[in-house]
Amino acid sequence: MTNSNPSLVKIQGVSKAFRRGSEEIHVLDRLDLEVQQGEFLALMGPSGSGKSTLLNLIGGLDRAGTGSVEIGGERIDQLSDRALAAWRARHVGFVFQFYNLMAVLSAERNVELPLLLTHLSKKERMQHVEVALKVVGLAHRTHHFPRQLSGGEQQRVGIARAIVTDPTLLLCDEPTGDLDRKSGDEILGLLQTLNREQGKTIVMVTHDPHASARASRIVYLDKGQLSTQPPA
Amino acid sequence: MKFLGLVWSNLKRKKLRTALTVLSILVAFLLFGFLCAIKEAFTAGVTLAGVDRLVVRHKVSLIQSLPASYEQRIAGMPGIAAVAGQSWFGGIYQDPKNFFASIPVDPEKFLDMFPEYSLPAEQKQAWLKTRNGAIVGKTTLDRFKWKIGDHVPLTSPIWGEPQGQSHWDFEIVGSFTGMKKGTDTTSLIFRYDYFDEAKTRNKGEIGWFTVRIQNPDQAAEIARKIDEEFANSPYETKAEPEGAFAAGFAQQIGDIGKIVIAVLSAVFFTILLVAGNTMAQAVRERTEEIGVLKAMGFTNELVLVLVLLESCVLAAVGGFAGLGLAWLATLGGSPAPAMLPIFYIPTRSLITGAGIVLALGVIAGALPAFTAMRLRIAEALRRNA
Ligand SMILES: Nc1ncnc2c1ncn2[C@@H]1O[C@H](COP(=O)(O)OP(=O)(O)O)[C@@H](O)[C@H]1O
Ligand SMILES: [Mg+2]
Repeated sequence: MTNSNPSLVKIQGVSKAFRRGSEEIHVLDRLDLEVQQGEFLALMGPSGSGKSTLLNLIGGLDRAGTGSVEIGGERIDQLSDRALAAWRARHVGFVFQFYNLMAVLSAERNVELPLLLTHLSKKERMQHVEVALKVVGLAHRTHHFPRQLSGGEQQRVGIARAIVTDPTLLLCDEPTGDLDRKSGDEILGLLQTLNREQGKTIVMVTHDPHASARASRIVYLDKGQLSTQPPA
Repeated sequence: MKFLGLVWSNLKRKKLRTALTVLSILVAFLLFGFLCAIKEAFTAGVTLAGVDRLVVRHKVSLIQSLPASYEQRIAGMPGIAAVAGQSWFGGIYQDPKNFFASIPVDPEKFLDMFPEYSLPAEQKQAWLKTRNGAIVGKTTLDRFKWKIGDHVPLTSPIWGEPQGQSHWDFEIVGSFTGMKKGTDTTSLIFRYDYFDEAKTRNKGEIGWFTVRIQNPDQAAEIARKIDEEFANSPYETKAEPEGAFAAGFAQQIGDIGKIVIAVLSAVFFTILLVAGNTMAQAVRERTEEIGVLKAMGFTNELVLVLVLLESCVLAAVGGFAGLGLAWLATLGGSPAPAMLPIFYIPTRSLITGAGIVLALGVIAGALPAFTAMRLRIAEALRRNA
């Protein structure tokens, strides 16, 4: 790794265990990870290996048992719940496998949601929403409801929602996992564009080699540890 | 409030469930409004009673009358400002179902004693000139579509009819309204001199006296003195403040207030369960969405507030619609003017109702809101996988 960019994500010695009944499952075991500013990282590994768990720690959705999580120079593992929520609102956008749009809201209002936490006026919010929907190529679908959109279109709305606050970091958990190959490719292309042209740092969980091929770097998670090689 | 749109959209998610919940809240508050009006109908007399007025009646019961001469004797006692006699005529117009109170009085003394009845001056003059003249409260006048100048025939099972006549004939010379909200405007008031001359028995007797005292602080003392004055006579009296007299009436019907509160408590408890269940379901089926909102940066506290807001909007839509409907319905007056002459929802009941609406919203939403607040993002989102 001869990257001159500063690290945006710096994880050191992170462990995470879940309790299932009486037994403890150690999902992450003193794991280290650095992600450079502007990288498009693919996080791969078998099902149940802890990819989502790791992504949640990077995004401040969950807390590690031990270790430090530093994003953009800030120790987010030391923030209070309230400060962490404010931090997420400013710095990260999430894209989910099943899009997770609000069924009762139109595309436009779904994308507006994160902006409700800002001090922007209604007019300013709508301007931001328009731009975000244009970026994902859905300017003509603003008033449609999720059920009126195809899976690929719903995921575009999901991406628009993730980028509307202009975060530095995009975290995507199997963003193409529920899409056919063609729609999936379009979504991957969109993520690539966001990475290259808008400088978004992206961490994408996937178990699809076709998807990870679009990334600038691939890491594999297995038995609680990361490696640059696929597990044997 | 920019979040209101989100709250509103969430309520529209399950339209039928929301509609049914709103409807049951609406019915509960409609009932609340009506019961408040009924309670008011029974107790208005008590709260409207003049503090400076006593009622003097026969010690044994209201049915027994007192000698008319008592009026002079009471008026002559110290601390007394005025005395006005009234009797129970029990007149029937066509059918006993058409009930309204009919009371013979001395016009001048009566109007002076009860300034809450407002009668135009020229009608008062007409009354003083017309021996069989009667003034009728606006409610009853409107109820039977009577007009000034009409003759109204009444029969009286208590007193019988005047010698050689089939009924008592009254000419309507005036109509009175209430100066205060809640004043009873259903009675027919006529002249005692006409009554006393025409009746065939108990001549020279009067049902009860209303007494105005100079100093309200002396009410109890003067009441005692009046009763002492007539002790050991064939007509012993019971003097009491007008409020107590009216309350005695209400007591006979039962403690309406307690019944109303018991019924409403049961209704609101049920409604609380209905609304609480709706909110609990709403939050449960929205677990992932709440997880997503939190991932976006909605704080736990904000999520709590949003759920409470949703619950309050639910309660407010149903509650205020119910109160409003009840209020509109009672504007039209009493559904049974004979039994409940006074029928309206007092402002303080409307304010109480509004308070209950808010309390319902907060209490029904409390537990689901708390659940939503404590929901952990990673777990909420995992339900998808
Ligand atoms: N909240 C939780 N409670 C209990 N076990 C969990 C929880 N979250 C994850 N796990 C377990 O941790 C392991 C890793 O989960 P996850 O990170 O979702 O894996 P992946 O995304 O790689 O499929 C799995 O065995 C899963 O069952
Ligand atoms: Mg996963």
